[in-house]
Amino acid sequence: MSVVCPSFISRYPVVTMAHGGGGRLMNQLLDEMIHVAFRTTEDSERHDGAVLETAQERIAFTTDSYVITPLFFPGGDIGELSIYGTVNDLAMCGAMPRWISLGFILEEGLPMLDLQRVVDSIARAAERCGVQVVTGDTKVVERGKADGLYINTSGIGVLRNNTPFIGPASIKEGDAVILSGDVGRHGMAVMSVREGLSFSTTVESDLAPLSGPVDSLIGHGLPVHCMRDLTRGGLASSLNEIASAAGLGINLCESKIPVQEEVLGACEVLGFDPLYVANEGRMVLILPREAGEEAVSLMRSFKMCENAALIGSVVPSGIAPVTVKTSVGTSRVLDMISGDQLPRIC
Amino acid sequence: MKYIDEYRDGKLALKYAESISDAVSRQWNIMEVCGGQTNCIVKYGLDEILPSEITLIHGPGCPVCVTPVEIIDQAITIALLPDVILCSFGDMLRVPGSSGDLLSAKAEGGDVRMVYSPLDAVSIAEKNPHREVVFFAVGFETTAPVTAAAVRRAEVAGLRNFSILVAHVRVPPAITGILSSGSNIHGFLAAGHVCAVAGYMEYEPVSQEFKVPIVVTGFEPVDILQGILMVVRQLESGAFRVENQYSRVVNRQRGGAWELLDSVYEVVDRKWRGLGVIPRGGFDLRSEYKKYDASVRFKVSSLAVEEETGCRSGDVLRGLIRPKECEKFAVECTPEHPLGAPMVSSEGACAAYFRYRRR
Repeated sequence: MSVVCPSFISRYPVVTMAHGGGGRLMNQLLDEMIHVAFRTTEDSERHDGAVLETAQERIAFTTDSYVITPLFFPGGDIGELSIYGTVNDLAMCGAMPRWISLGFILEEGLPMLDLQRVVDSIARAAERCGVQVVTGDTKVVERGKADGLYINTSGIGVLRNNTPFIGPASIKEGDAVILSGDVGRHGMAVMSVREGLSFSTTVESDLAPLSGPVDSLIGHGLPVHCMRDLTRGGLASSLNEIASAAGLGINLCESKIPVQEEVLGACEVLGFDPLYVANEGRMVLILPREAGEEAVSLMRSFKMCENAALIGSVVPSGIAPVTVKTSVGTSRVLDMISGDQLPRIC
Repeated sequence: MKYIDEYRDGKLALKYAESISDAVSRQWNIMEVCGGQTNCIVKYGLDEILPSEITLIHGPGCPVCVTPVEIIDQAITIALLPDVILCSFGDMLRVPGSSGDLLSAKAEGGDVRMVYSPLDAVSIAEKNPHREVVFFAVGFETTAPVTAAAVRRAEVAGLRNFSILVAHVRVPPAITGILSSGSNIHGFLAAGHVCAVAGYMEYEPVSQEFKVPIVVTGFEPVDILQGILMVVRQLESGAFRVENQYSRVVNRQRGGAWELLDSVYEVVDRKWRGLGVIPRGGFDLRSEYKKYDASVRFKVSSLAVEEETGCRSGDVLRGLIRPKECEKFAVECTPEHPLGAPMVSSEGACAAYFRYRRR
């Protein structure tokens, strides 16, 4: 889906400092690539900001920066990631994502075709989630000062009027903890292609927007207490954050947590624990136990949540915020990760 | 997953724990040598399903943990030299030297890169002919064949900008070292992966000399419990011999990788962090490969330091104390601010206790 005038890329095969200089070259980049991709309307084009209208009282607002290497990885790229990441953050507040801002920091020398791929991918991702890219910014930094390109997106979503507060403070003892799918794919997919770290695996990132399943849960009136998308730090870190903030405990059953065989294999080799590996299309949902089964079946009707499962429950606070029942029936702490997981030596 | 699922089967594990209870009649101290085994024991709580007569003592089998602080200092010194790329396995980056670690050297401007295989470091050397590329060769008999392969590949490619900083250690002499220092250990679980390369012939004289059962054991819950059962049965019947629980991987004879290792490395006395110099406790480059020795090339071999952190990792590595018995554990010493390597490595006993049992 290349929408840009091919002569633009043939004239400028790589990004130069002038593409961020504010002059004619920058305007050509905006006109011939960015505005085309996002079908910017006459009104908002070239304005300092976007004027938005909403009938709802409550909105959710979030921001995130994307600095991933490599820019393209099995199952996605930085462009999609920058949309789905922000869409998911909004969805976790119970909001329907509507508008997104897009800030690029480009490195001098970035192949223009790569930028094109990323821009196209952003446009496709935004369309899939029903969000509009309404404002943006482009800067170019000297060669060596960025990893190809960085993206910042901020997003605004609107909440239905009757949506209760969704967050750790709402969770209660006895609540069910539901995981939307198998964990660890994004982290292992990115690692499999990182320079110098290549090992052969077929793992693809789980990158996906979660706004659809969340809208369905809320639309069906399920009493959602808390949601959190799993990103860096994996399932373990997200659950620790929720339990600590709520002053309660979460107890998981290890055997119920889905992990793809390829992910398990790669983790075995590297000495990683999949519960700490990054995800980009997974969430946990906490709600009253009696609504658990309906929530799982609603989620499973979405492709990206087809392996949704009930993995544990909220318990009184105990020896640690999160504990796991092992396959031999003992209980252990599932701690928050301290830094990055580092591959082991034997 | 084949060869994994069946060895993580909870019911089977409990059955073995029951058999151990049936077999045991008195107190036995059993050391699992390998950090991978320690990690599994703590993660699954295997010690909690064992009868109270069995005490598991965690051994020194974590190569990151036993790498002497002066070699880490050497690596940091080399990493900070201009036009050098220092490549290392991930675990090693956060291990504290006498001041700072390799990650802080990276932050200071050193070109430190994490690789998964020493062969990747050779490729980096090929791509950067005007820079010196050094691989930090840490690990047991399991890793040494791969670093040997890297040296051989550099030789074939005629690379003059590739070298390795050798900190390879050997497991069997460490067991001898622990036994000769007057320990209270009655039996050992030997590290299965090491034996996959080195075979287990070398343990036979150790078992006979010190009259201890040694069972070559794998790394999954069922492996470990089966290994313990085999040790206990020997102890209860007064036997002491080498047995092989991990026969799906290990033979008595050395594996094919040994030949490669042996062509590049020779056995030498080597200092282990926390344990001191262990006779025949490590590998070093043979004279014909000395030209690939980074400590010679960068003249850092004379760097020597004394550790004064109050870290009791030596006692932990010899099985004298459990991590929680160290007064610094989880107080001054955490994965974010480790005083010693066992708190850093995923194979380290302190890290395992911190992660799975802290509070």
